Amino acid sequence: MANAPSLRWLPPSPTFRAQLKAIPGLPMERAWESLVALANTRLDFIATNALDQVMRRVFADSAPPGLSTKPVRLALLGSSTLAHLHAAIRVAGVRRGIWITTYENDYGQYLQELMDSGSALHAFAPTEILLAFDAHHLVQGLHVGMDGEAAEATLQEVLGRITQCWQLARDTLGCAVQQQTALNVMPALMGNNEQRLPGSPRALLARLNEAMRPAADAHGVDLLAIDDRVAIDGLDAWHDPALWHRSKQEVALPAAPVYGDLVGRLVAARQGRSAKCLVLDLDNTLWGGVIGDDGLDGIVIGQGSPLGEGFSAVQDYARDLSRRGVILAVCSKNDEANALEPFDSHPDMVLKRADIASFQANWSDKATNIRAIAQDLNIGLDSLVFLDDNPFERSLVRQELPMVAVPEVEDDPALVPRLLADAGYFEGLAITAEDRERTGQYQSNRARASLMASATDLDGYLAGLEMQLTWRRFDSVGLQRIVQLINKTNQFNLTTKRHTEASILEVMNDPNSFGLQLRLLDRFGDNGIIAIVIGRKNADGPGGDVLVDTWLMSCRVLGRQVEPATLNLLAKEALRVGGTRLVGQYLPTKKNGMVRDHYAKLGFTVVEEAADGTSLSILDLDRFVPTETFITVTQA
Amino acid sequence: MPAMTESDIYAGLTDIFREVFMDDDMELRPDLSAADVPTWDSFKQIEIIMATEERFGVKLMTREIDGLRNVGDLAAVVAAKFDAGTGAA
Repeated sequence: MANAPSLRWLPPSPTFRAQLKAIPGLPMERAWESLVALANTRLDFIATNALDQVMRRVFADSAPPGLSTKPVRLALLGSSTLAHLHAAIRVAGVRRGIWITTYENDYGQYLQELMDSGSALHAFAPTEILLAFDAHHLVQGLHVGMDGEAAEATLQEVLGRITQCWQLARDTLGCAVQQQTALNVMPALMGNNEQRLPGSPRALLARLNEAMRPAADAHGVDLLAIDDRVAIDGLDAWHDPALWHRSKQEVALPAAPVYGDLVGRLVAARQGRSAKCLVLDLDNTLWGGVIGDDGLDGIVIGQGSPLGEGFSAVQDYARDLSRRGVILAVCSKNDEANALEPFDSHPDMVLKRADIASFQANWSDKATNIRAIAQDLNIGLDSLVFLDDNPFERSLVRQELPMVAVPEVEDDPALVPRLLADAGYFEGLAITAEDRERTGQYQSNRARASLMASATDLDGYLAGLEMQLTWRRFDSVGLQRIVQLINKTNQFNLTTKRHTEASILEVMNDPNSFGLQLRLLDRFGDNGIIAIVIGRKNADGPGGDVLVDTWLMSCRVLGRQVEPATLNLLAKEALRVGGTRLVGQYLPTKKNGMVRDHYAKLGFTVVEEAADGTSLSILDLDRFVPTETFITVTQA
Repeated sequence: MPAMTESDIYAGLTDIFREVFMDDDMELRPDLSAADVPTWDSFKQIEIIMATEERFGVKLMTREIDGLRNVGDLAAVVAAKFDAGTGAA
């Protein structure tokens, strides 16, 4: 069986059924929010229908009060059965916060209903019409034996009938029109050169789809290009001949959610509600590797490696989007100087600094930075699409900012451009010179005013992560990994002291020293060893001083309270070796600016600070109270 | 080819019917048919077939679908696919 077209850019919802069941018990406003949230998960045909059923039970036929979008009355006019598409279209509306009421003509009666001002169609008073004619209907009157002239006349007649419908819809109903292109389900009679048989139904439909494009543009009609979707997904995914014979449904049921979504995109675009801005993460999204650790020479981008070419393709696609009017922004956890370096100096970067209208590279959480981008560009959060390879960040942003679209990207950059295209976030109806210049405008207008830190419910999020920190003292099993981490971590590294296996063995054997390796697990999985700490009791100096020789952490787990949890452990170990004070040292490098205030933030007292930033900080252990965190700590 | 017992098939079909009709208490018997369930229309019929094909990894032929009168018939069609070695559960 062919793979069904799927809303694969939306995250699956494991709790769909339970959440859906709870909706009828909620107050109206919450019920709608919950429906919108569920509509933004990866629904198949059955789940789509179930959601629609609950929605209609709660709201019957009237839009929820207080919607900021315009309700739409959409009439589906077709030559065969479209009943299986209504739910998917309505749910695609909900996905975009738009209430859609649908109507379908009596079987085969679309033209009569259009022409008769007393018809049920006119009584429905649609604001938009979708014309969807099946292939068999469109080729009526065509004979395989026709010569070129007769076939051409048939084509013009079919096109004439279609444009007549457009005019009727406009003149008698004052409606916006969507026209579905033909699904070419006709089997080939000739083969590769089908066009040489003028009377071939398959050839006629191909020519009709081609002719519809300029005609639609001339009439101000928007096409619903399912012929284009079929070119991507394959005909088997979109059409089931057995279903056609059984119930005259031309679009296969599993394809209905995607069909509905295509309609929803056009509806939303007409209301100016397509996304406007693509927000890009950097490390492992625009290039391979971590710029802060791997450096300009170490990141993977450009020719020479398949992975690098994959990242180039992502950048190519983003740049092309920006050239047609989509704004680009950057949201990255990085020191700004590190983040900017590839844009300014890497020869293989496709995107340049000037392509990015708002550049947020710092160590705040991403939800905060995405708010900053929206504010900076003065556009709504609901017009942003956030691209990030990291499932943790995606999940955080989805939870904190449900109005931001966050595609579920695959781990391979090669697959990203098509996924973004398939998701249709940036559905466009017209292109203006202004679009082409917009990026430049936003950039020059950008107000770099300082932004208020926003009140994000991070606590709730962190609690929900179910984080577990398991720690053990250095051991021979972990030795290699410990040395590797110590020698490659540049950013969150207080002293950047490098070690060898021999020097780590020394730490292990010295009763006055201790080395800790920390592993973090959460509900997304195992993050691996994410932090290393080495403490040494000062044998000669004032008794009881424990010097923190090394404290380093993976930037992936920043902002998750690992730092205070680590300090709690460090304090306990220092007491174990007879320490009374912790002495923390910060040795600045080009890369570790982010931890300059690390000790001060954790409650140490800074006792020395040199002009170059080198500092020494003290924590009295007898007055230290361990910080409460959302992390469960266990010794492995 | 994994063995597929009648009770495996009924367990799978029960999940499907409960989901399609959004009724967690729905119990299947072989003679249950559209006449017994008010909301079981042609539309639901198609959903049931679609979900059955997906769940059991089988493809039902037009003539098989046309011949379905009740749950027992559906279970028998699925069982026959496995007996013929074309199922892929």
